[in-house]
Amino acid sequence: MRSPLLRIVQGGLLTTVQDKGRYGYQRYGVPVSGAMDSWSLKVANILIGNGESCAGLEITVLGPRIEFCRDTFVSICGGDLSPLLDGEPMPMWQGLKVRRGQLLSFGGRVSGCRAYLAVAGGIDVPEVMGSRSTFLRGATGGFGGRALKDGDVLYGGETQAAARLLKLNPDFRPDLDRKEWELRVIMGPQDHYFTGEALEVFLSEHFTVSLNSDRMGIRLEGRVLEYKDGADILSEAVAFGSVQVPAHGRPIVLMAESQTTGGYAKIANVVTVDHSFAAQCMPGDKIRFSSVTLEFAHRLVHERETGLRRGLVIVDH
Amino acid sequence: MLEKSIFPLGDRACLVTFRPEISPAVQRKVSSLEKRLKEKGMAGIVETVPAYCSLAVYYDPLSLSYDEMLFLLEKILEDDEGVAPTEDDHVRVVEIPTLYGNDCGPDLIDVARHCGLTPEEVIERHRSRDYLVYFIGFTPGFPYLGGMDKRLKTPRLEDPRLNIPAGSVGIAGEQTGIYPVDSPGGWRIIGRTPVPLYQPVKNPPTLLEAGDYVRFVQVEREVYHRLEEEVRRGSWKPRVELRRRVEVETTLA
Repeated sequence: MRSPLLRIVQGGLLTTVQDKGRYGYQRYGVPVSGAMDSWSLKVANILIGNGESCAGLEITVLGPRIEFCRDTFVSICGGDLSPLLDGEPMPMWQGLKVRRGQLLSFGGRVSGCRAYLAVAGGIDVPEVMGSRSTFLRGATGGFGGRALKDGDVLYGGETQAAARLLKLNPDFRPDLDRKEWELRVIMGPQDHYFTGEALEVFLSEHFTVSLNSDRMGIRLEGRVLEYKDGADILSEAVAFGSVQVPAHGRPIVLMAESQTTGGYAKIANVVTVDHSFAAQCMPGDKIRFSSVTLEFAHRLVHERETGLRRGLVIVDH
Repeated sequence: MLEKSIFPLGDRACLVTFRPEISPAVQRKVSSLEKRLKEKGMAGIVETVPAYCSLAVYYDPLSLSYDEMLFLLEKILEDDEGVAPTEDDHVRVVEIPTLYGNDCGPDLIDVARHCGLTPEEVIERHRSRDYLVYFIGFTPGFPYLGGMDKRLKTPRLEDPRLNIPAGSVGIAGEQTGIYPVDSPGGWRIIGRTPVPLYQPVKNPPTLLEAGDYVRFVQVEREVYHRLEEEVRRGSWKPRVELRRRVEVETTLA
């Protein structure tokens, strides 16, 4: 039976329902959406025994205040926004039991900028095109296609028994307490559009995350990347992590809600395991790019999976 | 430049590119590859995204290696070499009922002036040919259409509008297009259609797909309002004609 799960007392800066994304619809021009840091959401789901496609909340910088409407199990992963349960610090990267009437709030940002709340059984909003994620610009999916506001009530599926709660060993958690980030990239497909100097600048200098960054893309400021001839290509698909450089020469790392195709050259693509880091940068943070091979990027994906399995431990409840 | 090549688009997609040109022949190659790939039903392939002269293939590196995928793609491309449209190969021609001019097409007169034509001549030239949908991108349901009469070429507005209503039919340079959702933009708006190009709750969510053809059909205001009402009531059905591909492409050439 559907029963109220969460009451949003205060919406926070930008709190949205997200899952791992809306796949199969980019050919219709529909962005993937989903969690910006989908790894953190995935871990949050695993810690309380949820399936990986369960929807949770993406919480941005200034967190919401949320009342639990029934006893359930939760976990919070990702950036540390100082989660508090009834005013007491709440451990992150670990599944725990919460009781009806308890209040989740956030004390302020310590590291990263996006935290993910998973709740046993997942957030139950209607699936649109096979996903529960919110596509904000398209006002599609999630909770009425929009960010959560004061007074919203969210429902959940039947609470699973959560046979066991897990936590991720601290050694296996990503280090998000940084102001400088290194993002590894696979060069291309259009790196040959750029001058030799631009390629050198791209792989050696720092870029600063602009205030104009959002779920569509991380806009970067820094030395302008110059083209040999021009920025335009015949429009083609872009991906999560594509580093697109418009004619003005300042790169944009395309993120969860990016448009599906683009007509500007892409100098490189951020590797999958570093998408999480891109998702956690704050405006003003510095980014440096380094080049890796495709084989290496795939090895990182596999290693992250094995690392997760080794890092999980059972906690008592 | 090679006729076709395959290279990584990051570590979970690759891009198959064909001759870099906007032509029905290249579009057909992209579509054919997409279709053949779908028929194979390979596990680990997440989705495909066609564009003018490329197909992006998204895969899950945890269940499919790049080399396996490359092997499959090269195999399909080899088999597909030189395949011409057959006699019974059909395409969809989708009608877009359009009310040209006045409040629905505030830039019609400017376009006519720019092109040295009367507004009626602009409408006549715009509606008298079928346009190939190369792909859908930019926003949900937005068709990249090819084949506009070059006499209608008009630059974008210098000062883009903050809001262009959904259904607006416009011209930008040598392109014509339809806005599926309200959005800002600099296209010259010559008309508007009441039919929905993007409906997130429908499957597929868009009226048009890559490889379709679009035909603008001029309608009067009463018909426009009647269709609008049908759309609101949910009784509207698209008018689609199936035509033999060889005929459509010959007309274009």
